[in-house]
Amino acid sequence: MKIHEFQAKQILKQFGVRIPRGEVADTPMRAREIAEDIGPRVVVKAQIHAGGRGKGGGVKLANTPVEAEMLAGEILGMTLVTHQTGPEGKLVKRILVEEALDIDRELYIGIVIDRATESPVVMASSQGGMEIEKVAAETPDLIFKEYIHPATGFGVFQARKLAFKLELSGDTLKQAVKFLLTLYKAFRASDASLAEINPLLVTKQGDVLALDAKMNFDDNALKRHPDIAKMRDLDEEDSLEVEASKFDLNYIKLDGSVGCMVNGAGLAMATMDIIMHSGGMPANFLDVGGGVSEEAVKNAFRILVSDKDVKAALINIFGGIVRCDLVANGIVKAAQELELDIPIVVRLEGTNVEQGKQILENSGLAFYSASSMKEAAEKIVPLAAQ
Amino acid sequence: MSILIDKNTRLVVQGITCGEGTFHTERMLEYGTNVVAGVTPGKGGQTHLDVPVFNTVEDAVKEAGANAAAIFVPPYFAGDAIMEAADAGVALVVCITEGIPTFDMIKAKQLLKAKGTSMIGPNTPGIISPGKCKIGIMPGHIHTQGSIGIISRSGTLTYEAVQQVSLQGYGQSTAIGIGGDPIVGLKYIELLELFKQDPDTEAVVLIGEIGGTAEEEAAAYIKDTFPKPVVSFIAGQTAPPGRRMGHAGAIIAGGKGTAKEKMAALEAAGVLVCQSPAEMGIKIKEALSS
Repeated sequence: MKIHEFQAKQILKQFGVRIPRGEVADTPMRAREIAEDIGPRVVVKAQIHAGGRGKGGGVKLANTPVEAEMLAGEILGMTLVTHQTGPEGKLVKRILVEEALDIDRELYIGIVIDRATESPVVMASSQGGMEIEKVAAETPDLIFKEYIHPATGFGVFQARKLAFKLELSGDTLKQAVKFLLTLYKAFRASDASLAEINPLLVTKQGDVLALDAKMNFDDNALKRHPDIAKMRDLDEEDSLEVEASKFDLNYIKLDGSVGCMVNGAGLAMATMDIIMHSGGMPANFLDVGGGVSEEAVKNAFRILVSDKDVKAALINIFGGIVRCDLVANGIVKAAQELELDIPIVVRLEGTNVEQGKQILENSGLAFYSASSMKEAAEKIVPLAAQ
Repeated sequence: MSILIDKNTRLVVQGITCGEGTFHTERMLEYGTNVVAGVTPGKGGQTHLDVPVFNTVEDAVKEAGANAAAIFVPPYFAGDAIMEAADAGVALVVCITEGIPTFDMIKAKQLLKAKGTSMIGPNTPGIISPGKCKIGIMPGHIHTQGSIGIISRSGTLTYEAVQQVSLQGYGQSTAIGIGGDPIVGLKYIELLELFKQDPDTEAVVLIGEIGGTAEEEAAAYIKDTFPKPVVSFIAGQTAPPGRRMGHAGAIIAGGKGTAKEKMAALEAAGVLVCQSPAEMGIKIKEALSS
């Protein structure tokens, strides 16, 4: 799960990670009040999940509270387009108003779970403010890493090594060490999957603070963090995907015209791939789960056809233990109730497959049956193109 | 022959009395798996499906001689269940549970390593040596005994591969789902090493998907040290970056973990890479008849 910058900073603050003074606002008037309180010079920052907000015009410096009010008025309600939002952009509903600080250096700190070593890794770089993927690709030598042993935790010596590599010294070095240790504490205690401070700011006075903050969390651990789970912002997610998640369906909207409904994530991806190899493009990823209940099929259908780009649908169910006749009944019932009028190719495999096919054929609906993935994909692509 | 499990496997099912545990224990017993014990804390002394139930895995090992454990325990308790099995000294743990927090797995793996316990999963359909033993939730009847090893990060896509291989007239020595999570037990390399030593495995189907670098690591291993033919398919060629495709581990992060990179690495290692998932069976035939 992703959260906003201001929410990440709230969490970090609880763990003692140093952040600039600031507050969130949803009106220009409130922005002015905050600036009067902590300013006069403040930075007004659009709160959307996507990165690249500065370049898109969503981060502005105000020299006075009146200017803060004016800039807040411009940013609130704007549709911010960045390289991460897609061309449609994101509506800005909230802004973070923070004290403006005198910048000496901009550094980078990131913590993620490294899958190869199966441990958290803390990354630091002097190249703050840039996209870290770009730094990693062009100048990997400028990224320093410390792997955290799961049994011992993040050693103070490791934080110190990183701080020295960032060429810090004196009180600034001490602050950076403390910053790294508290940041990891927050990461670990909240079951985060990413904590990224880009940039980490060193002020002209030598202080170390998180100028920006991004945190993602392990979806599988959210139940033990109800406070964090509450921070989910449904406005930032695709409405169909939100709807699907209510029924425990894994749905991701894509750009093509062939809707797919599949049991199992791997087979669902493979089905998307074979549609492409047959000359079409998938409209979505949709995993109805191993069990394929009638209820799941019905909800999946409803979500699938809510996408107006879907011209035809491919159902690929490898039943195995699940009986194909039951799946077929579910498909027919759902299609009738929802009055579906698009062509549907069904590939069923598993127990009672012949009975299942018979049920689909006798339904009087526009079902085409296929006996392999390849045949299903070859049938669906021309149907979607019609 | 087969790898990891066979007729000598003596299974304890953790969570045997829950719905899923009951359903799949019945299927495993039908298949002929030697289920010697179940564990549900507080229900020790009872029998369930004619299998004796114990309070702890330790008791199941001592009193029923269990040497492998299957876990059907809810996600927030599964990490602890894995550690209990490792601590009790079973050789193999198969964790079916989906949705275990990543940090719980990081912790559990420490104990698995310290005890020298092998684990399949979590978030896996399990492992099957056709005709001998099945630990997991896969449909037993689609499998046939034979010479192809199958390793996959998926469930139903593995069944698809099994069927395609069977249609070409080849059975399976052992089929394993390694699990769809970012942190899992045995990965491709350890399993390939076992298949290398298994005289009855003639070729391997390696099914990967986007996310992580396990396929690239496998490619490096295959290139240098694996003498048998390998056929591979990587799911997710059409998956968008930054999105988790159903499996917790299936995500292209920071431009890394794409199907394209994995396919290129495997191809460079001499693996027969399928562009389409429909080619897995045909490529196995090609590999074995050339």
